[in-house]
Amino acid sequence: MKNQKASSEKVRLYLPSFYIKMSVIIGLIAGLYYVAINQTNASLGRILATFPIFFRMLREDFFPPDFGYLSTALGQLIETFNIALISTTLAAVLAFPLLFFSSATLNRHPLSYGGIRFLLTIIRSIPNIIMVVLMVAVVGLGSVSGILALMIYSAAILIKLTSESVESIDERPIQAIQAMGGNMPQVIRYGVLPQITPIYLSHILYVLEINLKASVVLGFVGAGGIGQLIRRQMSLFRYDRLGLIIFCLFLMISLIDYISQTVRSRLV
Amino acid sequence: MNNQKKISLRSQRSTKQKATLILIVTSLVLLYAFSLWSQDFSIASSQSSPLTILYRLFVVPIVTPVYWRSFAENSWLMLETVAIAYAGGVAASLFALPLAVFAAKNSGGKLSYIGKVILNAIRSIPELLFGVFFVAAVGPGSFAGVLAISINSIGMIGKLYAESIESIDPAPVEAIKATGGNRIQAFWYGILPQILPQFLSVSLFRFEIDVRASTILGLVGAGGIGVPLILSQQQRHWEEVGVILIVVILFVVIIDKLSGKIRAKLV
Amino acid sequence: MIEFKNVSLIYPNRVEALKNIDLTIEKGEFVVIVGMSGAGKSTLMKCINRMVIPTGGEVIVDNQVISHLKESKLRKLRTQIGIIFQDYNLVKRMSVLRNVMVGRLGHTSTFNSLIGRFPQEDLQLAMKNLKRIGIDEKAYVRADQLSGGQQQRVSIARVLTQQPKIILADEPVASLDPPTSHQVMRDLKRVSKEDGLTTIVNLHFIDLAMEYADRVIGMREGEIVFDGPIAEVTEKTFEEIYGRPIREEEKRGE
Repeated sequence: MKNQKASSEKVRLYLPSFYIKMSVIIGLIAGLYYVAINQTNASLGRILATFPIFFRMLREDFFPPDFGYLSTALGQLIETFNIALISTTLAAVLAFPLLFFSSATLNRHPLSYGGIRFLLTIIRSIPNIIMVVLMVAVVGLGSVSGILALMIYSAAILIKLTSESVESIDERPIQAIQAMGGNMPQVIRYGVLPQITPIYLSHILYVLEINLKASVVLGFVGAGGIGQLIRRQMSLFRYDRLGLIIFCLFLMISLIDYISQTVRSRLV
Repeated sequence: MNNQKKISLRSQRSTKQKATLILIVTSLVLLYAFSLWSQDFSIASSQSSPLTILYRLFVVPIVTPVYWRSFAENSWLMLETVAIAYAGGVAASLFALPLAVFAAKNSGGKLSYIGKVILNAIRSIPELLFGVFFVAAVGPGSFAGVLAISINSIGMIGKLYAESIESIDPAPVEAIKATGGNRIQAFWYGILPQILPQFLSVSLFRFEIDVRASTILGLVGAGGIGVPLILSQQQRHWEEVGVILIVVILFVVIIDKLSGKIRAKLV
Repeated sequence: MIEFKNVSLIYPNRVEALKNIDLTIEKGEFVVIVGMSGAGKSTLMKCINRMVIPTGGEVIVDNQVISHLKESKLRKLRTQIGIIFQDYNLVKRMSVLRNVMVGRLGHTSTFNSLIGRFPQEDLQLAMKNLKRIGIDEKAYVRADQLSGGQQQRVSIARVLTQQPKIILADEPVASLDPPTSHQVMRDLKRVSKEDGLTTIVNLHFIDLAMEYADRVIGMREGEIVFDGPIAEVTEKTFEEIYGRPIREEEKRGE
């Protein structure tokens, strides 16, 4: 074996192109990071140095929360929950019929199928806040705008999630019902629904969790809920009240998440 | 006769099942009744018709040269938003690494559930609240935005990192150890090639979400495009709002497309 | 009752599945079609309820030429023909009784079936059929809780509840073990005799065919190569149908 050493060229572990590719990737990531840090003034060191300040502020400014503010906060918290609940419910009702048009198993019409799919992708890619601002502009100030914006967005998510489940159902019962002379509504009611209802309910609960978190932002642009209080107290530097709001919000979100996840784990 | 017994499609419910069902139905009815009763559905609409507003939002800025400069200015601010998302995303990926190792079952051991609880708790807090905290701590500006993104993203990045650590195939690691490799060699040649593409893909995916999130963060003063968005919206300067909406949508769509392409190549 | 007149069928991929089939099956017969896989057994069966349409010749069911039936007439025809599938094709998350009621869908108005309102006599019929098959105590159990043999028997009850004139069973015991296969075949034969139904079963196990058939039809490469009453059938007949000696795995055993 040793004799071969002289005759052959140096053997590389990797081809040169590998090193070039790696350096380009690493250089790109690092370079972009350098630019981003310069732009935002946020080096890792500065981020780490902030944490002592952050914890001192939590302890001194946000604590103790102003419990006298509870009654005001509670009203807006309820509104935030209402918006999430109502928009999720409307989305579930709206998404249900569309579900069957947007799954390849039941809708073999390529034009309507592709059209709905395309529209859904567009809606999901628009940031939430854009939809809210648009609704407030067009419909007006108030929770209705928030409900509408969240409804459209979450209907798109619901359809996307569930139509994937519709496409992966067991098609053999459908074949049986068709062979026995059942029509399309009967196929959906007895062949499809029993298979997807638990999944659909689970997705509705998941969307409720998302909407609850998303609805915090609505108040900032006048679409109802706790956001408007957060904004007002922020501009007044009333951190004790902010502390209370955030504490209550955290409790509510955790509670709903817990309930939803418990129910979901039993559904599927 | 047996045949005379009435048959129902559903089996007779036991008293306990009946009680549960009644409980669920009543609480749902009460919940919705309360929601609909307590909710104020009034709208304070502006004087102009929706069509006029849509026209001012999306047509006027494009056809009026006065607003073209504003497209350039807002694109610059949108770049700041992207920078916030990027800087925050990189920091979050670094912070998430140790947490993910701790939270994955095969590397974190018996205490891994503690790591999972921490990651879940972070994920359950909306990004806007982190924005509120950090604007309060370091003042308004994009630095607060980066802080909010970098903490908020740890939850999801950490969870997905932990999942890919858990799905590592142990066979190559065993093979390296069997041929006499040490632990560092096993990591470098056996584990890193398996997880690095997945980690990059996760971080990129989160970056897409973070671009949207940092748009929102501007609303609490944490820098980027959200700041002029909320100002113009308050002044009902719909043409300016329209410019910002168009810029945000364009950037988001382009970034999603690019990132999606890269992620498809990675995995 | 069922008549094939010079029926041939060529699939779009040029496979000749059926070649000039002439066949008459009388009311109340229990016919078993045997042959290797790919011999055209399934295609022959699918012609009867028009899951496939022959490219030549005529299929006549109940004095109707079925190739040109309109959608509504076709659905009516299909309510007359019950099918038993190899994989049972039950809705797994639904109770046994609901699965059996699926057999009534073709006889129930769309609206009533959507809200789950069935006439009491239909429910009685479904329960009676479950009782005949011996699984009435499982009526409210979810279908996925049942064993394979029980699921196939549920699908027999479903077919009976459809009150068809013809039952088509496509490899009904291929997914079952030997004792269960015998039980399912026994149940199928018994109920179809009791109700005077015309039954056509595809099987590739020759011992099951010999035990349960009234009449055996042998197919090879799209043609009928044997057709006769069970009395005329011996193992030799099968060797002729298969064109080679019988192998042990082609018997189901006890």
